[in-house]
Order: sequence, then structure tokens, then C-alpha cells
Amino acid sequence: MTMHRTIIALTLAGGVAALAAPAMAQEQQVPPPRQSWSFAGPFGKYDQAQLQRGFKIYREVCSTCHSMDLLSFRNLADAGGPGYTEAQAAAVAAEYKIKDLDDKGEPIERPGRPADHFPAPFPNALAAAAANGVAPPDMSTLAKARTYQRGFPWFVFDIFTQYQEQGPDYISAILKGYKDTPPAGFTLPSGGNYNEYFPGHNIAMPKPLSDGQVTYDDGSPQTLDQYSKDVAAFLMWAAEPQLDARKRIGFQVIIFLIILSGLLYFTKKKVWHEVEKPRETAHGQDPAKTSI
Amino acid sequence: MSGHSTYQPQNPALQWLEKRLPIGGLIHSSFIAFPTPRNLNYWWTFGGILSFMLGVQIATGIVLAMHYTPHVDFAFKSVEGIMRDVNFGWLLRYLHANGAAMFFFAVYVHMFRGIYYGSYKEPREVLWILGVIIYLLMMATGFMGYVLVWGQMSFWAATVITNLFSAIPGVGDAIVTWLWGGYAVGNPTLNRFYSLHYLLPFVIVGVVVLHIWALHVTGQNNPAGIDAKSDKDTVPFTPYATIKDLFFMACFCIVFAWFVFYIPNFLGHADNYIPANPAVTPAEIVPEWYYLPFYAILRSIPDKLMGVIALFSSILILAFLPWLDTSRVRSGRYRPLFKQFFWLWVIACIGLGWLGSKPPEGIYVVLSRLFTVYYFAFFLIILPLLGIFEKPKPVPNSISESVLEAKGAKA
Repeated sequence: MTMHRTIIALTLAGGVAALAAPAMAQEQQVPPPRQSWSFAGPFGKYDQAQLQRGFKIYREVCSTCHSMDLLSFRNLADAGGPGYTEAQAAAVAAEYKIKDLDDKGEPIERPGRPADHFPAPFPNALAAAAANGVAPPDMSTLAKARTYQRGFPWFVFDIFTQYQEQGPDYISAILKGYKDTPPAGFTLPSGGNYNEYFPGHNIAMPKPLSDGQVTYDDGSPQTLDQYSKDVAAFLMWAAEPQLDARKRIGFQVIIFLIILSGLLYFTKKKVWHEVEKPRETAHGQDPAKTSI
Repeated sequence: MSGHSTYQPQNPALQWLEKRLPIGGLIHSSFIAFPTPRNLNYWWTFGGILSFMLGVQIATGIVLAMHYTPHVDFAFKSVEGIMRDVNFGWLLRYLHANGAAMFFFAVYVHMFRGIYYGSYKEPREVLWILGVIIYLLMMATGFMGYVLVWGQMSFWAATVITNLFSAIPGVGDAIVTWLWGGYAVGNPTLNRFYSLHYLLPFVIVGVVVLHIWALHVTGQNNPAGIDAKSDKDTVPFTPYATIKDLFFMACFCIVFAWFVFYIPNFLGHADNYIPANPAVTPAEIVPEWYYLPFYAILRSIPDKLMGVIALFSSILILAFLPWLDTSRVRSGRYRPLFKQFFWLWVIACIGLGWLGSKPPEGIYVVLSRLFTVYYFAFFLIILPLLGIFEKPKPVPNSISESVLEAKGAKA
């Protein structure tokens, strides 16, 4: 017995040491502050006005360097999206010039149509890298492609609290995390920018947004804080355009499954009754003497 | 409803068929009249859950395959097309991706249950080995499916795992080139992975049929670990086992739905939403969670070849379990020492899983080595010796007696 106690004690001691370790390892990346998102939680939905503001920032600022290949103009009018009408989406498309071929095979530029994809700012990845030092990542799936380490035990709690917004939290933190002067003792390589939340702190992208840079039509505050949240929400929609439907259907499915499980549980009780309580089924008689 | 029946079709068409192909009788004897021990607990419902999950994976997979393009330039885009433009494509893909995780979760519960209750012991050795074969096929299928997404983690996982074979002395590099169909992971690799990912599930179905066949020859093990001796010890599969399986399957589906609808990307890796790029290595290359314990074993050994040998041995050792465990008592319920070593082994497996997701440095390496040593010692030292030195508790005479004992203890 004592031997097993020792083994258990050793295992527990090892476990405690293991829990202490990640705290040290994670000091390299500062966890971004948690924001409150309209699309978080089981009843989460995108905020249409916020997506429209975020799209405005994307058009005026991000899209000068970042592509968004997987989205088409028609997506702007999709259910669960920024809530533009089809006519508005077509009008946005018409403002873009799309490279195409005419019916003689000659290259032309024509106004965009709703079915066209958002055109990329650079003809290819090499050109994008040449102009920016590093090719700016495509924004179609960016909000799902960025995260930060939650560590034990937080990642276990996330299953129950449904915390899935690491991407937008990280993106909004990056937009607000620029510092003009790096802290003492940090040498910033030339051409780099200091960002508190970027892993390693040296980010190639210069500070893209500042207070008052983009004009809002709906009276929302024109602050960096608001911009960073709006554009992060827009990018989350770009990466996960079906989120509204997913959460709505999910709630219905789970309610259905809970009722189904309950009904099956009572059916099971009924079926097993004669096996588990044979005397009761036989009205108090010895079940062996009845026909049951 | 109770009692054991035989199949006698009333319908003339069914009678006609039965004389020529007794498939009705086969289904009846396998899934209706089949005697199942009356003391089975809910851990025994995972066999049914696994069959259900295999069905879910095949059904969703067949539709996904209709929309997927196995080409390095289009694979990632076609997956995103499924997510965005295919009707309920997001649902199909999240069901399939999370379904794989649920499938593995259920298989691990099923395996832990088999080990705890000694389900691999005589006369169920072949049944157990067929199970190990299914598990190996599942691992291969799951790995290749993960590669099809062609994100960064897909590409680099494919590179790391196929490179394991380069550790084989002499022919290693030639084998890896043969596996890739080229000199790096590329389009030929993606194409063969797609082909095999579609083929292997049907091979799994075949081995599952053998697994169920073997089960129906030996009969099910049960928590008491003793054979059914009379009709009193068993109940017919339908309705008793069917309704119990259905109830727990519905509960399992609640968990499944929670992941699919609310946290569909929790089990995935964010880097896999970046298209594969052979020129950029991710900061860390981590396999899916269900391979992490084996990944930890691989990395706990400094020598590459020895690490690969340890990795494969850690899985293949399961096939020898029926002969490594020398105890004559099946169920862990009556084995006081085995119980403790078993739970320590479960902790070691989970611990290795967590360590597999951590960088191989400092305390993580030390713990990985400790758990790896225990993982193997459990099979190679503890189980053979326990059968000799352990004094098991008295085993009940029959299943119905063990049920009565349990009731008496409750009252």
C-alpha cells in the first residue's frame, strides 16, 4: 500500500510542477485583453452596424495592403452579414475595377459585379512582399488563423464558457498595441515596429489606425478603441460568415437532443423495470412462479 | 417482451427470402435475440456510439468529397468554399472534423473500459486484436483526413509524420520519397492521401463487421468479468441493450452538438486556417489531440530511430495485452492492486497527451520520460507480475448473484 501512496504522491508532485511551468513559458506573449463581442456565447449574433463600420475601415485602410480573396461582393448582402441590400452590394462592386478579358481575349478592366471576388491589392505574393517587406496575410480567414495560448486550466474552462473569440481579441489588441518607443532594454530591428501583443513584439506592419482616421456615418465614437473592435468583428464575420445560423440552429438541436434524451431515459426505465424490480412487476409474487 | 425468441417471419415474402438468404435470421439473432449480460453498465454503450460515429463520418464524408478538390492549389479554397457557399457545408465540415474527435474520444473510453474489465482475456483475444487493428486504421484515416484541409498544420504534420520513416536505417529516405510520390510533400502526396482517406473507412467497416462477429461468438464481457451461465444472467439485446444504447447515444450527441455548434474550432489549430506554405515553418507543429500521447512518447526519446520504435511499440503493445496480463481474474473490480496501477496508467496517458502539446524542453521532457517509462512498465512489468503476486477478491458465482450483491450493498 505504501508503495502506491508514494507513486500517487510523486505523480501529484509532478503534476503541480507541470502546472507551474507554463506560467514561465508564456511570458513571451502578452495575452490580449478580453473584449465583449455581440457574437460571443450561445445566442451570439453579429452586430450589423458594427460589421458595416468594420467594412468601411477594411475598404479605406486594410485593403490597401491586405487581400480578402475568399469573399465576393455578393457576400455583403448575405443573411447574417453586414445587412446590405443586393443593390447596395452591387453598387459597392461597381466602384471596383476588375481585371478581365474581353470577347477578343484582350485584357480589360471592367466595373465589378456582385459575383466578383474582392480584388487583391497586389498582383501576387512576391509583389506584396516586395512592397511591404513581408507579404501581408490574406484577411479571409485571419480571425480564425490568429489566437494565443490559453494554457491549463483555462483551455478546459473554455469548453464550458464557449470562449472562442481569441482571434478578434488578438486582432483588436494588435491594433491598439503599438508603442512609439520600445521599453528600455528592447532593441527593435530596423524597419520593425514595436507591438505589445505581437509574439516577439517586432511587427512588420506599421501602426495602421489612429483616432479620427475613418469617418463614421452613424455617430459611433471615431476612436482607435472603437475602430479596432469594429474591424476585428468584421474580420470575424469574413472568416466565419455562417456564425449566426450555426448558433441559432445549434440551440434548436441541443434543445431537441435534451428532450430526446429525457424521453429515451424514461423509456429505458420502463423497459428495464421488470429486470431491475421483478417482484414489483409480478405484483409482489415471486417472479419465478409467474409467467413473466 | 422478456425472454429469448427465435426468428419466424410471418410475412410470405420474408419467408420466401429467408429460405434463400437467411439475412433476417442473422439480423434477428445478432441484434434482437442476442443475449447480453444483464449487469452491463453505461461504459458498454460506447461500442454502439462508435458504430454510430463511423456512420456519421462516412455519411458526412461522402458529401464533403463531392465538393472537395484534391489539388495543392485548390484544396484549401475548396474547403473554404464548402464553409461559405455549399448549403449547410459549414455544418457538414464541422460535423466531420469534430466527429473525428468524438470518434477518438469514444474509442479511448471503449479501450480504457476494455482494459479495466479485462475484456481482452481468453476467449476474447481475437476480438481485442481486431479492435487494435480498427484503432490503427482510425489513426491512419484521421491523420490523412487532417492533411486534406491543406492548411499550414496539415502540411507540416504530413511532413513530420512521413519523415518518421526516414529513421529506418538504410532504406528510410527511399521509403519517404516513395510515400510522398516526390521529393517533398506535394500534390502526389495529397492525391494519395485523399484516395486512402476515402478507402480506409470502408476497410474499417469490414474489420468492424469481424469485430462484431467475434463478439457474437464469445459473447460480451461484463463488469463482473464472469461468463453468463444461464438465461437469468442475460437479457435479449432488443429492447434492453438497444434502448440503453440509444439513450446514452443521445446524451453523447449533446456533447457532440455542443462542440459542432458552439466551439467548432476548439479542438483544431488556428494555424490550419492559414493555407499550406512549404516556405514557412510554423512556430510549433502539433498533431491533433488524439495523437498527442504518442507524440510525447516520440519526443521523450532523444534518438530519432529509438523514438520512432517507441512510438510504434506503444500502440502495437496493445495487441499483446491478452498475454502480458497473467491474471486469471478478468474484471478490475476484483483486483485491488491492478485498479490502482490502472488509474495511474490512465493519468500517465492523459499526462502524455498534455505534454505532447508542450514544447520539448525543461520540465516537460522530464515528465514525458517519467510517464513514458510508466506507460511501458505497466504492460511489460506490472501486468505480468501482478497476475502472480496479486491476491484477487472473491469473484461472484454468477452474473445474477453479482447483481443481487450490488443491490444488497445499496440497500
